[in-house]
Amino acid sequence: MDVSLQQTSAMDVKPPVTSVGVLGWVRQNLFNGPLNSILTIVVVLVLVRIVPPLFKWALVDSLWTSSGAACKATTGACWSVLTHNARFILFGFYPHDQQWRPLCCVILIVGLFLYTRSPNRWSKGLAIAWGVSLVAMGILMPGGVLGLQPVEPGQWSGISLTLLLSLFGLTVAYPLGVILALGRRSRLPAIKAMSVLYIELIRGVPLISMLFMASVMFPLFLPEGITVNKILRAQAAIILFTAAYIAEVVRGGLQAVPRGQYEAAESLGLDYYQKMRLIILPQALKIVIPPTVGILVSAFKDTSLVVIIGLFDLLKTTQVTLSNPEWMGFSTEAFLFIAVLYFLGCFSMSSFSRRLEKALAR
Amino acid sequence: MDHDPQTGMSPTGKKPFMSDPTDSKSETRGSARTIIHIAGLHKWYGDFHVLKDINLDVEKGERIVICGPSGSGKSTLIRCINRLEEHQRGRIVVDNIELTNDIKNIEKIRAEVGMVFQHFNLFPHLSILENLTLGPIWVRKVPKAEAEQTAMYFLQKVHIADQARKYPGQLSGGQQQRVAIARSLCMKPKVMLFDEPTSALDPEMVKEVLDAMIELAEEGMTMLVVSHEMGFAKSVAHRVLFMDSGQVVEQNSPEEFFSQPRHERTKLFLSQILH
Repeated sequence: MDVSLQQTSAMDVKPPVTSVGVLGWVRQNLFNGPLNSILTIVVVLVLVRIVPPLFKWALVDSLWTSSGAACKATTGACWSVLTHNARFILFGFYPHDQQWRPLCCVILIVGLFLYTRSPNRWSKGLAIAWGVSLVAMGILMPGGVLGLQPVEPGQWSGISLTLLLSLFGLTVAYPLGVILALGRRSRLPAIKAMSVLYIELIRGVPLISMLFMASVMFPLFLPEGITVNKILRAQAAIILFTAAYIAEVVRGGLQAVPRGQYEAAESLGLDYYQKMRLIILPQALKIVIPPTVGILVSAFKDTSLVVIIGLFDLLKTTQVTLSNPEWMGFSTEAFLFIAVLYFLGCFSMSSFSRRLEKALAR
Repeated sequence: MDHDPQTGMSPTGKKPFMSDPTDSKSETRGSARTIIHIAGLHKWYGDFHVLKDINLDVEKGERIVICGPSGSGKSTLIRCINRLEEHQRGRIVVDNIELTNDIKNIEKIRAEVGMVFQHFNLFPHLSILENLTLGPIWVRKVPKAEAEQTAMYFLQKVHIADQARKYPGQLSGGQQQRVAIARSLCMKPKVMLFDEPTSALDPEMVKEVLDAMIELAEEGMTMLVVSHEMGFAKSVAHRVLFMDSGQVVEQNSPEEFFSQPRHERTKLFLSQILH
């Protein structure tokens, strides 16, 4: 009886005021020691110095729809450089009256991605939707069928080029990487040797040189009269490059799956493909979600390297805009915008990976 | 090697010495009832001679317990039977199919030979029910509904039907091992191999697993059990094999084996294991 009495009274005691609520939080996180207290004060001072002027520049004094000349007169940010040139920055040289097509592609990609972010919405239908929209994009961009005016791949540019290179690059590179990883672990010496050779060769070469090879050297090997368009070649270079990195990461995952799992699968009589598809890969790929997403994020950013072979991705269209005398000198605003776009892309990928890990955690 | 794996039928004399498995059996005891035939088996890990001239015939319904000190090759021996380990010399014939490098043969034998591991090796990403139905659906091509029915039947037999929707990580070691036994049984195997099935278990869970195995034994399953559970050996085994440094030192009925061990090595082992 005594014991139960003690227990109830012990449970009734409230925690001290200083450890809960706003005060408790501040104490615990900002002032829980001399060093932290000093750091907090320093950070607050720095923020006071920086934030108000930044706010003034970016919002109060800023111009949103003026001409370039008006911009030069103000001390604030000139967001007009973006609003005036939005269409060119986003869609580049794609024919003006046809720009609804890349717009559709961008909306499709972003929309589907946002919808796919919650693993509980996954279904067969969604997979089919992705498949269908990949095909739709493959028709929309070049046109030439269904009464769509054909558009030369050389004219694809801006954000649609960035997104398409990334999306198609990643969707092809990932399975290719998995196959290479399996190849590298194969018992068949020829397959193993080829996979190792491929992976090590590609990993020993910078992406830039692969892009150069794809754009300059590759056409030399083609027979007279046959041309493969530049975007496709760049795309192939990105895929081949990314796949080699994914292969190594997936190999790590394959090695992390305990031997007992291989043996249990084999002892049931599963053949190699069943064993890999049903038992090993689901576990291995789950283990390597974080590094895989790391590779996909850097591949997404690396698509901006296609500028050096003369493709007009998001970064290049922005540069072109800034070389227009009217808008010269507003690179801060323009590149801030580009940075935000890239950040949104990368951040949503990594937050997606965290959700995925959580959903698969068991 | 190119003899006919299908039914063990004569491949019309390509290689006479292995032409007809039933022939070779007639010289071994039990002939038609023999389900596992091991003759002159040698295995090396690199230079290390781990199995030395093993000869063993197992009849249908026979229950054999293999014991011996660690490193004596007992696990390796039963792992050779479903080719988790490759042997370098000698023959292994399981259910009239000879184990060769032919992967189709190996898969066929593995489907007929169930295996229970020391560390359970359940598939952690699949539910218990999926663990049990995977083999039947993909290897035996059984319809899903039927496979689930079978799975529930065997889960009931090992007394954990209520856990069917859970995942392996949510179960205790003893429960996991019983699931592993049920998983093998779902394939309707002709032989069950147990590789130290209770060694990784907490002491209080050993009994529930042994009970499941005893129940299985009573139904006439052919079993090869690597184990140090001497009580189990006494109560269900037909034969006890004692292995040391890659050789079968002694084999006998459990009564004889425990009461009158013939070899010094066996006596020493038994004195250490039966306190």
